[in-house]
Amino acid sequence: MATVTSYGQRLGNRVAVGMIILALIVFLAPIAWIGATAFKPRNLATTVPPTIFFAPEVSPFVKLFTKRVQLKPNEKVDYESAPWWERIVLDGGERISRTGRGEVQLSGYPSRFLNSLIVAITSTFLAVAMGTITAYGFSRFKVKGEADWLFFILSTRMLPPVVVAIPMFLMYRAVGLNDTHLGLIILYTAFNVSFAVWLMKGFIDEIPREYEEAALVDGYTRMEAFFKIVLPEAATGIAATAVFCFITAWNEYAFALIMTNRRAQTAPPFIPSQVGSGLPDWTVIASGTALFLLPVAIFTFLLRNHLLRGMSFGAIRK
Amino acid sequence: MAEIRLENVQKYFGAVHVIREVSLTVKDREFCVLLGPSGCGKTTTLRAIAGLEEVSEGRILINGKPVQNLHASDRDIAFVFQLYALYPHLTVFENLAFPLRATRIPDAEVRKSVTSVAESIGITHLLKLRPGALSGGDMQRVAIGRALVRRPKALLMDEPIGALDAKLREQMRTELKRLHLENGSTSIYVTHDQVEAMSLADTVVVMHDGVLQQVGSPSDVYLRPANLFVAQFIGSPVMNIADAQLRDEAGKASVLVHGAAFEVPREVLAAVSSRQVKDMALGIRPEGVLISHEETAGARSVSVHLIQPYGPFDIVDLNVGSQTLRARTPSGFASGKGQQVWARLDTTQAHFFDKSSGVSLGLRLG
Ligand SMILES: Nc1ncnc2c1ncn2[C@@H]1O[C@H](COP(=O)(O)OP(=O)(O)O)[C@@H](O)[C@H]1O
Ligand SMILES: [Mg+2]
Repeated sequence: MATVTSYGQRLGNRVAVGMIILALIVFLAPIAWIGATAFKPRNLATTVPPTIFFAPEVSPFVKLFTKRVQLKPNEKVDYESAPWWERIVLDGGERISRTGRGEVQLSGYPSRFLNSLIVAITSTFLAVAMGTITAYGFSRFKVKGEADWLFFILSTRMLPPVVVAIPMFLMYRAVGLNDTHLGLIILYTAFNVSFAVWLMKGFIDEIPREYEEAALVDGYTRMEAFFKIVLPEAATGIAATAVFCFITAWNEYAFALIMTNRRAQTAPPFIPSQVGSGLPDWTVIASGTALFLLPVAIFTFLLRNHLLRGMSFGAIRK
Repeated sequence: MAEIRLENVQKYFGAVHVIREVSLTVKDREFCVLLGPSGCGKTTTLRAIAGLEEVSEGRILINGKPVQNLHASDRDIAFVFQLYALYPHLTVFENLAFPLRATRIPDAEVRKSVTSVAESIGITHLLKLRPGALSGGDMQRVAIGRALVRRPKALLMDEPIGALDAKLREQMRTELKRLHLENGSTSIYVTHDQVEAMSLADTVVVMHDGVLQQVGSPSDVYLRPANLFVAQFIGSPVMNIADAQLRDEAGKASVLVHGAAFEVPREVLAAVSSRQVKDMALGIRPEGVLISHEETAGARSVSVHLIQPYGPFDIVDLNVGSQTLRARTPSGFASGKGQQVWARLDTTQAHFFDKSSGVSLGLRLG
């Protein structure tokens, strides 16, 4: 089928493509910079003008995953027979030779990363599950004051979350939820559930009731109909909602900073804490950030087909 | 197989009275068609029988057992929805197997039932496809197959072929009839299309504003409409309805329609006066208005107003007084607007109604 385009339309298309390229540059430049810095030698990280061509190194990642620890007086490190990655961490033996002491241990990053995964995945699962069931109820049953309830649920998102940070902190301390995974999971689930209800309601409204009714007359219970019919039909919506919730939980900084310090600390507050005193090592921070970006990128990539369909909010579905 | 009975069923949606005092018996193996204009409560009635809608009052009995308080899943009834309701994420095979999987039926048996039903509706070659890849007619076949596969007590269908185009509808009508003859399951079929109703039904149930108007065989509702609504709803082109007064002049009885007198047998006079009707309406189908080029006994001169060719016949609107009367003629009979022809009523085809209540006087001549 031939498409007839006028000069104006072609010009419009070109302008649109140009805008998209511009937007891509704006969005991707910081990520490219982070990615590049993550592989730079330390002395090239902050040069002016920026170094674009350099021999990539893995040393920032090695430093990210390790830390130097002072040794007790009569302990000694055999620098010559240390493995290659320990030698990188110890700055070519310079540190040891200066003080004569030093040991390499696993840094806090892997456990913070794991915390991020645990908290984000669990809270996403909970928010999406609760959101889906709630949305189903609102969509399929007569609920007294439905509009008011939905507005109330949405209103929990109207306050900037940080406003409640101090009271939340005090409450959490009182019940012992400070610095626990459970505490963060509850917080993030609460953030996301309102959003999940609204998104999922839109998607479930789009699923014809007849699908479930057909299952009901065919001898299924409403629960079975929900799991066998509604869930598969809502897969697109669930995927879109899950990506949004996961990104929110994964990137959350303020509450993680306030509510956790060690055991349950997630990656976002941990990475800047490594700036520490003295001269920050930007290559290590960049490598930590680059790794931190990966899970969201992978998750979004895996669900990209669902997401594209989901973004149109049922516009394509018939 | 089953007999379905409704006893004084009422349904309100809030304050809206959607089904009023509906009582109906559908006999075992009967094909019953619920016919009525859109919005009259057909779907609601059907959903109430299936258990998808609670009735506000009254009883629903299947084989004599009250089921109005049972869940849909416990009534063992199949339902074919207006828009098919095939599951897009399942293949045709899985769609057909879905009702069987509600109970723990062994896989081999599921396969056997699905294959046999697929054969009987002619969709064996489609089993691996998803509903999205099917044509409207095939989707409808699958939907009907899904209803039949479980061998339910009764089969309820809500305008199942209403969304298809005319040609396909005709073909599906024939198939539905064949399937019913083969399976013999008690069926209730909802439609607003009288042609579907007449061609499929053992019993036609005409419904209007939530009230049953008439229950009878297709020829019953066509030849003996119980009231003005049924008379006008059934039959295409629509029946002529006119205010009518009886005259008794010079020993000849006549009926005055649109100011024109048409002769009727004398026994009409006695029959009508015995029923004490204040105002009377006369109904006559276009085929009951006979026209000719020459004057005949009892005929009146009228002029042609409009000609609609239907193919095998024409429908001609005639000016009678200030009104029109629709007549059915052989095609090409009238040559054009303004032509003078002679019209007379075939009183054996006339229906008489009490104008205020709309109820038929039950008076048939000849
Ligand atoms: N769930 C409902 N809530 C309120 N009114 C309804 C509902 N379903 C149907 N109705 C009303 O009941 C009447 C009958 O509807 P329906 O049974 O669908 O008619 P039909 O199938 O004959 O077209 C209509 O006026 C419709 O607006
Ligand atoms: Mg309907």
